[in-house]
Amino acid sequence: MTTIVNGNELAQSQADAATRPAYKVIGTRPIRHDGVDKVTGRAKYGADVQLTGLLYGATVRSPHAHARIVSIEASQALALPGVRAVITRDDFVDPKHRVEELGEGAVDIAHLSRNVMAREKALYRGHVIAAVAADDVHIAEEAARLVRVEYEPLPPVLSVLDAMRDDAPILLPDLRTQSIAGQRGDKPTNIAKHFRYEKGDVAAGFKRAKIVVERTFDTATVHQGYIEPHNATALWNADGHVTVWTSTQGAFAARDQLGNLLNLPISRIKVVPMEIGGGFGGKIAVYLEPLAAMLSRKSGRPVKLVMDRTSVFEATGPTPASHIRVKIGADADGRITAAEAWLAYEAGAFPGSPINPGCMCVFACYDVPNGRVDGYDVVVNKPRTNAYRAPGATNAAMAAETVIDEICRELGIDPLEFRAKNAAREGTRRVDGPVYSRIGMAETVEAVRNSDHWKTKLEGPHRGRGVASGFWFNAGLQSSATATVSADGRVALVEGSTDIGGSRTGIAMQLAETLGIAAEDVTPTVGDTDGVGYTDVTGGSRVTYATGWAAYEAGQDIKRQLIQRAGLLWDVDPAMVNYEGGCLYGPGDKRITFRELAAKLAKTGGPVIGRGTSTHNKPGGAFATHVVDVDVDPETGKVTIVRYTAAQDVGTAIHPSYVEGQVQGGVVQGIGWALNEEYVYDADGRMRNASFLDYRMPTCFDVPMIEPLLIEVPNPDHPFGVRGVGEVPIVPPPAAIANAIHQAVGVRMRQLPMSPPRLLHEILAAESGNLSPEH
Amino acid sequence: MTRKRIVTARINGKEHEFLCAPRQTLLEVLRDVLGLTGTKEGCSNGNCGACTVLLDGRAVDSCLVLAVETEGCRVDTIEGLAATDRLHPLQQAFLEGAALQCGICTPGFLMSAKALLDRNDDPSEEEIRFALAGNLCRCTGYDKIVRAVQATVATTAAGASQGACE
Amino acid sequence: MRDFEYEAPRSVADAVSLLSRSGARARPLAGGTDLIDHVRTGRLAPDLLVDVKKIDELNRLECSEAGLRLGAAVPCYRIYGDAQIAARYAALAESCRIIGGIQIQNRASVGGNLCNSGPAGDSIPSLIALEAVCVIAGAHGTREVPVHEFCIGPGKNVLEPGELLVELKFPARRARSGSHYRRFIPRNEMDIAVVGVAASVTLDPKADRITAARVALGAVGPTPLLATEAGRVLVGRPVDSIAIEESARAARAIAQPIDDMRGTVEFRLHVTEVLVRRILTEAIDRARRTERD
Repeated sequence: MTTIVNGNELAQSQADAATRPAYKVIGTRPIRHDGVDKVTGRAKYGADVQLTGLLYGATVRSPHAHARIVSIEASQALALPGVRAVITRDDFVDPKHRVEELGEGAVDIAHLSRNVMAREKALYRGHVIAAVAADDVHIAEEAARLVRVEYEPLPPVLSVLDAMRDDAPILLPDLRTQSIAGQRGDKPTNIAKHFRYEKGDVAAGFKRAKIVVERTFDTATVHQGYIEPHNATALWNADGHVTVWTSTQGAFAARDQLGNLLNLPISRIKVVPMEIGGGFGGKIAVYLEPLAAMLSRKSGRPVKLVMDRTSVFEATGPTPASHIRVKIGADADGRITAAEAWLAYEAGAFPGSPINPGCMCVFACYDVPNGRVDGYDVVVNKPRTNAYRAPGATNAAMAAETVIDEICRELGIDPLEFRAKNAAREGTRRVDGPVYSRIGMAETVEAVRNSDHWKTKLEGPHRGRGVASGFWFNAGLQSSATATVSADGRVALVEGSTDIGGSRTGIAMQLAETLGIAAEDVTPTVGDTDGVGYTDVTGGSRVTYATGWAAYEAGQDIKRQLIQRAGLLWDVDPAMVNYEGGCLYGPGDKRITFRELAAKLAKTGGPVIGRGTSTHNKPGGAFATHVVDVDVDPETGKVTIVRYTAAQDVGTAIHPSYVEGQVQGGVVQGIGWALNEEYVYDADGRMRNASFLDYRMPTCFDVPMIEPLLIEVPNPDHPFGVRGVGEVPIVPPPAAIANAIHQAVGVRMRQLPMSPPRLLHEILAAESGNLSPEH
Repeated sequence: MTRKRIVTARINGKEHEFLCAPRQTLLEVLRDVLGLTGTKEGCSNGNCGACTVLLDGRAVDSCLVLAVETEGCRVDTIEGLAATDRLHPLQQAFLEGAALQCGICTPGFLMSAKALLDRNDDPSEEEIRFALAGNLCRCTGYDKIVRAVQATVATTAAGASQGACE
Repeated sequence: MRDFEYEAPRSVADAVSLLSRSGARARPLAGGTDLIDHVRTGRLAPDLLVDVKKIDELNRLECSEAGLRLGAAVPCYRIYGDAQIAARYAALAESCRIIGGIQIQNRASVGGNLCNSGPAGDSIPSLIALEAVCVIAGAHGTREVPVHEFCIGPGKNVLEPGELLVELKFPARRARSGSHYRRFIPRNEMDIAVVGVAASVTLDPKADRITAARVALGAVGPTPLLATEAGRVLVGRPVDSIAIEESARAARAIAQPIDDMRGTVEFRLHVTEVLVRRILTEAIDRARRTERD
């Protein structure tokens, strides 16, 4: 049973509400610690770095989507006054194939190296061929134009289906298909990986079904769209130590990559994470950092590189275009009997699309008795894809959630009732194997049913309402934190998670709660790779969970030490001392506050420093159910979002405002993905819309207020019940909108984006009775 | 190479004399010559608004203004928004309303919002959204940004009426 | 960015002299919202930018009984901010409100939008519908060109090297006239028009018959188009949906859109007809609502 109140109030099940501790700090909304710097322009992002003697870099990039690099000639560039260095593939050691974990996926270092700077071939337009450093950015750009590169163009491969054909041009001659069972194919191919998951007997399951719906979908490449372009400043010092300042989602991940690509031990590299202007998964792999470092080595000066927006689109890591087929069968009562999915994701120039998560998520919201999922990671001549918020899941949800909507319509079952009936619960086994612990899928469905939105009748012609659900795993991995007590009762917290969205405050709040002090009395800082222990990337919705836990451990460490100090102070056995609510209590009426004891540390044994780490990896899954109302102009295919409500199980909302923000931000990204965002390529593999003008992300004027319904089903595997929240909001929107469009104008969209020309085409086809067989 | 020019402009209320080449945009000069890095670069072609400053009181994309064009003009950047002793009400509202996540678009939004409120002290939600359509945010979904502007309007009106009563 | 020189003359004569001397290697700079981006990307490669914003004639904005004189460098915000222009030359004000976002409108000029000569330029259909005339200054004097003859291809117009667009002149609006500009874009703001339509209609004293009409299309041809037939079929007709449908079909018939990343041929043709219908309806409605001048 859940009671939901709209807007900023949170809801718990009655049982959870009864057992929720009375938090003092958690659940409040303090002003974020880095807030003043960010609203005054003082906060320093990567492009703001200024150093004495700084040089500016520019890149030379391939105009061809697929070409052999015959020669590179830099003498004219070097001769330009003001040019200090040029680097090419010859400046980098060619690493052997070696797979490393980057935090949101594994990467082959030989491929990463070639992605940062091409070796034998240019594999996408925008692929870096060389780089220069000069006294100012204009000279650097001119010099880049003077580098002479001779190419032998090759035919480009531009879609998964083309790439999977037997006669397709081969991108990587030594690539062989790897299957999840460990088998390796024996002939050259563009299919890097094949995943297969099975549960039960799908054939029997489909036989039992009263209705079976099978549909095919195509989704276009989409970019994370962070407003801050990539940047890196590097100084390769005379003592062989390299310092890199960069906007990154993981300073340690960046350091590991740099070590591999520069052939240096990581102890000689320091990565200083600057403030970061958005990442969403796209700023985990390095692009400019190794180039800046090598240019610095060659020029003897610090070098700054900032990517231009065109290159951000053409040559960083968008999320894959995909071709997906989903088949679901249900019985007369609306119970799923079998589900099957075939997914092929474009990896871009090197293997590593999020096909595996896509496979695991496609039916993850439901109890599927019989299932089979086949997934393919396929290389094509496009930029090498990277993580984008719940990578792989949105594409899969578009397919599964719209097929479910069709089944609901056919059977005459309310879409919420269907989801409630089939919802995954504690104990449900996913098609790919894992069994769920305590999760909130059913609660999110219930929350939508009880919402003001659902209870409000939708009026007007060409208006429709759609529902969809989604799932994302969340990650655990490693985090570290150190906390120092100062004499005035404040605590300086250094943690290793770069802060993309206000997380340093959520972590500080968990430390404050642990110590029983105010959030304002903790001063959080994001440390560099020398100043804090190893911390995995800011991604996978893991930071509040894992780094929060590390801060909690640091707090417990401080408490233990303070208990010792109180014992010393009172001359009692520390076993007789209790720490409660920011106060220490001893025998009799002995009592001292945290702040009072902090003033006495020097006299009782010196500084108190707490340390904590976390390798816990039960962050629980995150479930969401969304409902959207749309208005469709049937004469133009334009879709207006009229109302949007997103219900999500958020574990414990440490700082509710920022949890709401994650939901609202992910939803609007999903709206853009649904309606207008796509990479448009011509036949030569050139992206035609590599700018914010024609890569159309939603503006303020394109969306209404987004209503988040935060349901707190605490994660039993975290001291404060935290569950990751950041990624799942982007999963349901395209499917929810597609379902709403169907209710509005009676057409089923099976392509993303559902842009006006595509939607109008379907509307006109439906009007003229010229429907494709699938309708 | 063209010779640099001396340009004099009134930046955040103070006369600045600086050297620049014609090809340097106002954005570049603010950041790289004058050290005012609060104004951000997002796209360099006027489509994201991260570089918004006020030029003679009007919101413009500084990536599309040449620094030489600002001779004799008034330029207001994020660094000049707060008063000496307190934040501007918009800045305070953004903080209280959690209207920023990564913060890169925030300076641009604040300047655009200021330009709106300087001209219209009681904008509707639609007017706010239209006025801010030239500023892209990828993190927040805009909800809390719009609410922060609305909150500023309410606070300012409350303060004004309070003043009127005294 | 490419290296270039910059001058800011204070008279038309000085500007023309600078432009004539450098010919095609010089470009006039008004708002710069297109020009600076074109230089940055290398689409244009001038050696000299002539800033025309300090020239009085190019900043003129006069709306009177005699008509409207719009200096080529006047930024959009001044145009839609003028109550008279917004009332009498509504299509023009609407174009100016739509171009880019507020930041763009605070700089971009209609003159610049016209000289950029993009097939989808938002101001151009309105200029055509409102019968604007271009006043062009050159080394040999001044000449005038009706605006619908100004653009001759994508990014190309009738300006010779050394010539400068000084102003646009609009005839006075007749009594019981209304105009409207709207475009189709996938988002609600910030996009280039996929289809743009402007219309101006004049009604008879009883406001039930059309006495004059002009329809112009943007983004559906290599240049913005004057849909002559679409206007002609309305003259003398009673105000009803039959006439409007006929006009919309006539407009669609002259559209020659291409398939590009902003729209397909099918889409653009269909939406042209839809928009002409809607815009004519609105323009007629406005004509009905105007006071007699």
